[in-house]
Amino acid sequence: MEADTLTYIQVQEDDFSLAAEYQALIDGNSRDGAVVTFCGLVRDMNFDNSVSSLFLEHYPGMTEKSLLSIIELARNKWPLGRIRVVHRVGRLQVSEQIVFVGVTSQHRQAAFQGAEFIMDFLKTQAPFWKKETTKEGQYWVDAKQSDNHKAKLWGI
Amino acid sequence: MVTILFFGQLKERLDTSRLPLELVDGSKCLGSVAELRAFLLTKGDVWKENLAYGSALVAVNQQIATEDTPIKDADEIAFFPPVTGG
Repeated sequence: MEADTLTYIQVQEDDFSLAAEYQALIDGNSRDGAVVTFCGLVRDMNFDNSVSSLFLEHYPGMTEKSLLSIIELARNKWPLGRIRVVHRVGRLQVSEQIVFVGVTSQHRQAAFQGAEFIMDFLKTQAPFWKKETTKEGQYWVDAKQSDNHKAKLWGI
Repeated sequence: MVTILFFGQLKERLDTSRLPLELVDGSKCLGSVAELRAFLLTKGDVWKENLAYGSALVAVNQQIATEDTPIKDADEIAFFPPVTGG
């Protein structure tokens, strides 16, 4: 989904290439001197190797709208250049890439803060749900209070 | 007619992913999220346990809504648990 020339969001089952995402942020971009990228991986949320995979469900249509509105909020707070967000859905194994956020700006502070802001709001606003498969069975992951607290710290 | 969607654990517990519903049916006229939620709670114990205010978030036409948000014909309304992406 190409929202405008500076914003790219994509919800997909396939894996993504960190190198290709980085390249898309910098190709022909002589204005920006800072690139911050974040990559989230599927982890064993029980810390005991009991989680073998995750299933990621989302709300098609609202997911994309939600990501675009989070990006708009970020652009209103900092002078950001290119923004790319890729989120995977479907069946994912432990250690696979699940989410990418890349932000460019003229200077590093805006890029660092913009990327963190987008991740914090993605975790609390974007309609994705994780179901984990463990040795004992399948369980929906509970939302974390710490994620809500972190998003509130931005004062929006 | 509106379309009501359910996601995540809510979808499994209600065993429903999509529910078409007439907003006006006899004396019943559902004009807000609160009225729709109150109507859905009458569908049975499992609905009462899982759809009560505070346990399920709601969106109208793919935007987060509140209990006061009006609903009208052809709207898409979704109920879902707190999100866990990223």
